[in-house]
Amino acid sequence: METKQIVYPGDKVDVDDLKPRNGMYENNSEYFSEYFGVVQKSEKFIDIAPFNSPYLPRANDKIIGKIMDIGATMWTVDINSPYYSLLHMNDTPWHVSSGDLGRYLNIGDYIYAKISVSNEIKESWLTLRDNGLKKLEIGRIISVKPPKVPRVIGKGGNMINLIKNETDTRVIVGQNGFIWIDGDVDNVSNAITAIKIVEKEAHIIGLTDRMSEYLKKLKGEN
Amino acid sequence: MESNIKLITDDGLRLDGRALNEMRPIKIQTGVVEKADGSAYIEWGANKIIAAVYVREAYPKHAQNIDRAIVKARYNMSGYSVEERKRPGPDRRTMEISKVITEALESTIVLEKLPRAEVDVFIQVLEADAGTRIASLTTASVAVADAGVPMRDLVVGCTAGKADGKMVLDLSKDEDNFGEADIPMAILPRTKKIVLLQLDGKVSQEEFDEATSMMMNAIPRISEIQRNALMSKYNVEEGE
Repeated sequence: METKQIVYPGDKVDVDDLKPRNGMYENNSEYFSEYFGVVQKSEKFIDIAPFNSPYLPRANDKIIGKIMDIGATMWTVDINSPYYSLLHMNDTPWHVSSGDLGRYLNIGDYIYAKISVSNEIKESWLTLRDNGLKKLEIGRIISVKPPKVPRVIGKGGNMINLIKNETDTRVIVGQNGFIWIDGDVDNVSNAITAIKIVEKEAHIIGLTDRMSEYLKKLKGEN
Repeated sequence: MESNIKLITDDGLRLDGRALNEMRPIKIQTGVVEKADGSAYIEWGANKIIAAVYVREAYPKHAQNIDRAIVKARYNMSGYSVEERKRPGPDRRTMEISKVITEALESTIVLEKLPRAEVDVFIQVLEADAGTRIASLTTASVAVADAGVPMRDLVVGCTAGKADGKMVLDLSKDEDNFGEADIPMAILPRTKKIVLLQLDGKVSQEEFDEATSMMMNAIPRISEIQRNALMSKYNVEEGE
């Protein structure tokens, strides 16, 4: 694997013929990094992928959120981001009447929802009206850093499927870094350890192989 | 106030044995506060300072800026961080330092990328030994970068001053207390833009120029330490 170029805020980025996209600013037709992260080049674009960054709401992301507040017609939801999101009562599969929201979702409840709309000032609205979206009744929630989510999922979902199968748990990964895990107590704690290792070692090569070995060993011990 | 303390010995060294343009040792570490979005700890000589950064929607709502983030740095000194106990809580001096640090950070953070948000920077001085404001700013900018807040450059600070009639780099406590002048300065290394400059005492134009050139020479070294601090978090994990 080629080594990735690491950049710090203010470092010059060699754009060449590529189109600069995320994480850079322009000054006198030169480009400089805005983050501490790695340079990622694709066929057409060049991006800076930060090592850490807050989650910013994007339309169509499927996320896990926590109910923070109940209003007359809307719930305020914490989506592991600097910005809160809103869930309107008409965007749920239930027939909710205004002022009666607490009967369906209470403060502290978790939901698996989709961001239906987000705008340029980072306001966003959620919906529960889609396949698989629901209130998360049981299980445990953990959080990982939002930029590590793609590594937790893996290529085509192979990392998360590996963890699911080997630890015998049910897992939902939200794009915002919240992860829901359900199963036997021991299995759940194994899955949590595994996910934490993935988060910590996300940038090291051959992670899937080592993970599969690690999980097999765990299984052998039990 | 006239003092008869000798700050520079006959062989041209300072009281702590440093040469005139020598810095105190600096050590920075990131990721020291688990629940913060970003954090950093600095040991600059005997200064020990911790900085934690939190990014969130600004509260109350009327304080939000619709098109940009607001920065709130809060510099705070522990009661026994100095020789004589400091009465805890904000006072004239800490409010001033909070203000200048806020303004320096505002000039480097890409505020438009985080509309309505608030970047909270909490700076706690555990032990103070001259030059805390630039040590705070240096570590705060590392903490902001660690949090993944978009920024144009890492702010680097440094001090110089006049002691016993000579210009010296990175004042120690005695030189700060009994010297003739103290000049803290912070710049954005890429553009060499000055984001903080204060002067306490009296210097001539030539002396001031000498001080700034001394600091400009020291800044790449501090900048290097900042970068290594950010990287070390990932190197440790790699070195298995």
